Amino acid sequence: MAIRRAMSGRIMDRTAVVGARYMSSWWRSVQPAPKDPILGVTEAFLADQSADKVNGAYRDDNGKPVVLECVREAERRIAGNLNMEYLPMGGSVKMVEETLKLAYGENSELIKEKRIAAVQALSGTGACRLFADFQKRFCPDSQIYIPVPTWANHHNIWRDAQVPQKTYHYYHPESKGLDFAAMIDDIKNAPNGSFFLLHACAHNPTGVDPSEEQWREISHHIKAKGHFAFFDMAYQGFASGDPEKDAKAIRIFLEDGHHIGIAQSYAKNMGLYGQRVGCLSVLCEDEKQAVAVKSQLQQLARPMYSNPPVHGALIVSTILSDPDLKKQWLKEVKVMADRIIGMRTALRGNLEKLGSPLSWQHITNQIGMFCYSGLTPEQVDRLTNEFHIYMTRNGRISMAGVTTGNVEYLANAIHEVTK
Amino acid sequence: MRPEFTSPSSSSSSSADRRLNALVRHLATASMVSQTAVAFSPTSGFHGDSVFSHVVRAPEDPILGVTVAYNKDPSPVKLNLGVGAYRTEEGKPLVLNVVRKAEQMLLNDKSRVKEYLPIVGIAEFNKLSAKLIFGADSPAIRENRVTTVQCLSGTGSLRVGAEFLARHYHQKTIYIPQPTWGNHPKVFTLAGLSVKTYRYYDPTTRGMNFQGLLEDLGSAPSGSIVLLHACAHNPTGVDPTLQQWEQIRQLMRSKALLPFFDSAYQGFASGNLDEDAQSIRMFVADGGECFVAQSYAKNMGLYGERVGALSVVCRAADVASKVESQLKLVIRPMFSNPPIHGASIVATILKDSNMFNEWTIELKAMADRIISMRKQLFDALRARGTPGDWSHIIKQIGMFTFTGLNSKQVEFMTREYHIYMTSDGRISMAGLSSKTVPHLADAIHAAVTRMS
Repeated sequence: MAIRRAMSGRIMDRTAVVGARYMSSWWRSVQPAPKDPILGVTEAFLADQSADKVNGAYRDDNGKPVVLECVREAERRIAGNLNMEYLPMGGSVKMVEETLKLAYGENSELIKEKRIAAVQALSGTGACRLFADFQKRFCPDSQIYIPVPTWANHHNIWRDAQVPQKTYHYYHPESKGLDFAAMIDDIKNAPNGSFFLLHACAHNPTGVDPSEEQWREISHHIKAKGHFAFFDMAYQGFASGDPEKDAKAIRIFLEDGHHIGIAQSYAKNMGLYGQRVGCLSVLCEDEKQAVAVKSQLQQLARPMYSNPPVHGALIVSTILSDPDLKKQWLKEVKVMADRIIGMRTALRGNLEKLGSPLSWQHITNQIGMFCYSGLTPEQVDRLTNEFHIYMTRNGRISMAGVTTGNVEYLANAIHEVTK
Repeated sequence: MRPEFTSPSSSSSSSADRRLNALVRHLATASMVSQTAVAFSPTSGFHGDSVFSHVVRAPEDPILGVTVAYNKDPSPVKLNLGVGAYRTEEGKPLVLNVVRKAEQMLLNDKSRVKEYLPIVGIAEFNKLSAKLIFGADSPAIRENRVTTVQCLSGTGSLRVGAEFLARHYHQKTIYIPQPTWGNHPKVFTLAGLSVKTYRYYDPTTRGMNFQGLLEDLGSAPSGSIVLLHACAHNPTGVDPTLQQWEQIRQLMRSKALLPFFDSAYQGFASGNLDEDAQSIRMFVADGGECFVAQSYAKNMGLYGERVGALSVVCRAADVASKVESQLKLVIRPMFSNPPIHGASIVATILKDSNMFNEWTIELKAMADRIISMRKQLFDALRARGTPGDWSHIIKQIGMFTFTGLNSKQVEFMTREYHIYMTSDGRISMAGLSSKTVPHLADAIHAAVTRMS
């Protein structure tokens, strides 16, 4: 108080008369301080604890969820639609047609020959479950081989379908890449005619995908053993930004003559998460068999939910059957994929710039929503406790949560706990 | 590869065996017909071999087959009375005004995103659905003894409830009325329950076989699950009276039989939401437990959006909470989380008192039109002096009438009058209009007098 009077005695005397109003104007020009770098981040940052991150919902560079413009436009067009009648048990024929083109190729002979049994399903989960039930009913002796690691719900799905499950080697922790030799060994050692669950692209949760050459070898060995290849494709377009590129593994298997099954989802690549839109397809020998298989898939769907929801399917078919809307979708999907790829590049670049002694190549080698960082549980705990960065203790980072606003901070933190 | 039937290595529980046996019964037919069993070995020609070569085509769904046949018919006087969806006087499907309004509101709300719902669905939708069926003042709700989870319409709610029961309930048998909706047996069988029937419909009176019902439920093992149609029994339209419901309730509670209500027509049967929920509320009022599958397909016209809810009324709040946690484990490997669109529409309507009132008015209009069709058909048959007692047409309730016509008569009506209906004699009143009633009456008259 004494100092103040000494410094501003006369000012204080002057202000005494004007009082509070004048006093408040002292502080009006004071700018808010920049957000505390630690507290400002909080649990939203890279958090795998929220349901969104666990399910891998995309976020834009502001960390906000995204509804694609092509989806908004499609919804505008279908609002006020004629009716909400039941779809057939197999779902929207139009939606399924367009969806098959994405997976099998725009001009696929297999589609023209009507060899694909396909039904609309409740997103990827529903497609996998329908297939698992179908597998149990018609190949009751068979078992499913599931990669280690995989999306946790895969185990639940085949378990509830009562299909015995085994695992095959996939992730190689030392290289943070693919354990290719062990994977091939497992394929060779599995009893003939086993079912193999393959992630078509952007493996969840590791982000590690086989290279094209590796896919060809995998296809060769699966063929040699007469195994059934079932693809879970949840990220077509979302991985590389190019749906055709992301379907490469599937196309290789088709070239090699496999009769595959595919679960497709529009949850991520069209941002239709809560609409539950997907498709299950099974490639058959001929049209007659495809008709039979489709009818049996419907027999499994009927006592589960009778027929699938119409709204999301309408959005998809509206977009994919309109060339302009489809083009817009492809652009928007590329933006999402590019942003994620950009963040991978930035994260790795930042770590290298910081002079990290470790290799962070895997960040840009891996692809899709998730990155298996290689951080140990103890390092993850330090990230949480010291830097308030949240991720699952297996070191999995949801790249969707990384933005230009926080990538430097993240790199700093990772560097701190790993140097 | 010839399917062989060995027990799954992962489980030797009796429910798994029962499920397998049910599937064996399905497959036995298939493999008897199949000609294409392929021995699977790596040396056999790769291109030709599919592991699913032996799969035979499933039979057509009998109900949907009616519409298929109807569509093929070029006759200008054809009538589709198979469809279980409401039609206007003009024979058109109907989207309620209040539903359109709700949809517009959702569309205009830019803040809405399409993220995943929680596994149990929209919380508000669940709460409002429970209120709707149990009553806003229900003690079960007040005491937090109800868990409600969003599911895919009635079918999905039945399936999730049944799977839960197959896993956690000590009695794996469910008794279903004879007859019942064609899909019921499959839903329960695939969920892992074993299905028995109880007498329900009396063809001679075209009413309830109440004595038979009491006897059959009376001799069911204690704790058995019993499927009850809350109102507007499908396919017969025959409902118990309130007194009969009370007797059913007493009998069931005395034998600890677990009620599983299928409520697909609340508000659609009598035109009054509370009246149509009486049977359920009677059971909840005695403090006992029950399962309820709710559908918004018909009463909100949301058919294809697949909106429904499964409620489990428990004796205690902590039980309800544990039950909910287990329901999630059933749902997650089935579809992860339910579709957002339809349930959002329902929640929008139910929580706004104006929209709710609008809905009740539109709902009553639909129910009234159906009741009017019943009256018109009854009058038309009386006017023609059609032999027989046709009072069941106005006594039965809901979307369907069990005419009592036999399959030969039905076939005749299809052939000569282009009337499409299921061969059990069931007609959908929703498919009738004042203009088409005379044609149907003519057809019934001709069938009854010329074919027996």
